[in-house]
Amino acid sequence: MKPRTRTGKAVATALLLLFSAAFVAPFVWLVSTSLKPIEQTLSLPISFIPKAYYAVLDGRRMEVTLDFQVTQPGAVVRILAGDDAGKLGYVSRKELAARPGGFQVIHDVDAGSWHVSQRFDHGPSERAPDPLWDVLPRRQIGSQVRFRWRNYPRALAALGGDSSSGPNRATFWTFLGNSLTVAILGVIGTVISNAIVAYGFSRLKWKGRDAFFALTLATMMVPFPVLMVPLYGIFKAFHMIGTLMPLWLPTWFGSAFNIFLMRQFFRTIPEELSEAARIDGCSEWRIFWRIIVPLSTPVLVVAALFHFIFAWNDFLAPLLYLTRKDTYTLAIALQSYQSQNGGVQWHYLMAASAVTILPVIVLFLFAQKSFIRGIATTGSKG
Amino acid sequence: MTRHERKQLRSGLGFTSLWIVGLGAFTAYPVLASLYYSFCDYSILKSPVWCGAENYNQLIHDGLFWKSLANTLFYAGLSVPLGTIVALGLAVLLNCDMRGKSLYRLLFFMPSIVPIVASSMLWLWIFNGQYGLMNGFLDLLLRPFGLHGPAWLADPEWSKPALVIMSLWGTGNAVVIYLAGLQGVPMELYEAAEIDGASGWQRFVHVALPSIAPVVAFNAIMALISAMQIFAQAYIMSEGANGNGNASDGNPARSTLFYTIYLFSTAFQDLRMGYASAMAYILFVITAALTWIGTRLSRGHYEDAV
Repeated sequence: MKPRTRTGKAVATALLLLFSAAFVAPFVWLVSTSLKPIEQTLSLPISFIPKAYYAVLDGRRMEVTLDFQVTQPGAVVRILAGDDAGKLGYVSRKELAARPGGFQVIHDVDAGSWHVSQRFDHGPSERAPDPLWDVLPRRQIGSQVRFRWRNYPRALAALGGDSSSGPNRATFWTFLGNSLTVAILGVIGTVISNAIVAYGFSRLKWKGRDAFFALTLATMMVPFPVLMVPLYGIFKAFHMIGTLMPLWLPTWFGSAFNIFLMRQFFRTIPEELSEAARIDGCSEWRIFWRIIVPLSTPVLVVAALFHFIFAWNDFLAPLLYLTRKDTYTLAIALQSYQSQNGGVQWHYLMAASAVTILPVIVLFLFAQKSFIRGIATTGSKG
Repeated sequence: MTRHERKQLRSGLGFTSLWIVGLGAFTAYPVLASLYYSFCDYSILKSPVWCGAENYNQLIHDGLFWKSLANTLFYAGLSVPLGTIVALGLAVLLNCDMRGKSLYRLLFFMPSIVPIVASSMLWLWIFNGQYGLMNGFLDLLLRPFGLHGPAWLADPEWSKPALVIMSLWGTGNAVVIYLAGLQGVPMELYEAAEIDGASGWQRFVHVALPSIAPVVAFNAIMALISAMQIFAQAYIMSEGANGNGNASDGNPARSTLFYTIYLFSTAFQDLRMGYASAMAYILFVITAALTWIGTRLSRGHYEDAV
């Protein structure tokens, strides 16, 4: 359905661009924050561009932070009396006039100048020495775009928190390993078990099959909260709470959604292929492995992709079953980092989030066609 | 039953045996056990003790139960229609055969696969009242009027709308589905309508919309069911934006105490599993009712599928 008029086309294009910008902006904000130094995440007006500022302090050009802008004219002075005698300070013209002889003026400062400090590049746990500082007009402060990639290794190190050493050692790599274990064992279980079951529902005729299939579909609408308490009880009885087992073991016993997805596909394979094989004396199991499975790669890939994403993104189930930090998945580790460190270290939080998002985005970009086809079929035939 | 039929039944049950075990252990048993627990006084530490309809009785008089139900209905009632409209609108735009269509589709779809924990962190930051992107953007529009954006997740009035806005970002899934539906509408129908003098809008309302209405109804119902179970983003962001307290308090001022969050904390923090099971069953009944209505609405479509 093409717009016929020029205006129609222009409006459609404008709307598409507007919505694209709205959908992409959060991603840009995520990446931009993850590449900023902390003080630039907490400065106004907000900016998408991570920068580095430079100024000459004590005769050397160095990286500085912009601390605040002074509103009144004044001076940088050496304090001559009182507790702070001998120290450097910034005072306004008024204070200067109020205590003549109290200060030795080093240089005058215009209103609108910036208080800048030497920037130390230290990790979150190291303490910085006292920085050099000055109050300079904006024109004496240089700036350039700079991405702080080192936020990433630091954010990942921070994810492990206090537990990055000791007997229950848990680092980013532990969490990544756990997430991959759950996702990969789940994908294998999902593909194998559902293919077998879907074969029984689509390529074999037996008494009660259709009633059983209707029951299977009906289970799709059972909300997870209904199952939560008894499932917890089951896994507790088998001593699986605190292990990864509850997160992947059930996938080896089929799931209604995937059975439905694969059954729809298996039904489109011509029955003649199976009949010919049966006449040749092939067992059903052999027909399944030798004929149906090789012809069904597209749907198996879709099921695998869907499950990987589901397992990687899952939050409620891991929150229920994982009790020890060394069993956390990335999702849970990220949430636990956030809740323990408050919302201040936005640059690290965004870097760790970006790392959590990256695998699914990469997977999606590689398998875009399968994805889109899978979504379209399950959504319109589900 | 003939020998042949018995043989067929055996191989049918053989192939589906994994699912028979799975269905029994991970769905059927929990559904029945949950029902039983809902009539019991039960903490996971001791065996359940039958207490009749006591849990349901208490629920009716539990202010937090009603609060959580109202919050959830408010969220679902806002996010599902808005999400459907946005998704449908975007699908119609994409169906215009504009240049770069697959790139747009990619952009719209991508947010829907972002892990919920990561998107919660991202939106927590976007909705930061002071340094967040949302207010940074709103200030451009509001400052001339001397106004400032709200504190979003820290403001009881705005916390749920914030979650709704976040949910709109994830509608890409539905865009793909609706686009596929629109592309399935035969070209001849549009052409026939055009010959009859229908405008673009008329062609959308009278040709495109009726053809995909069942798909839209079905997906809206699925979205409603999942919106009724909103948990992760509220659990993470409510604590993240309001600090202190417990993630399942539903801060600020219980404005994000959603049904599943209250259920979760009742079951796994207060260990009142019987009470939580009663809540779960009420949710089950609501969901079943919604599904029933949904299948009614999209009847032709549904029968087609099964």
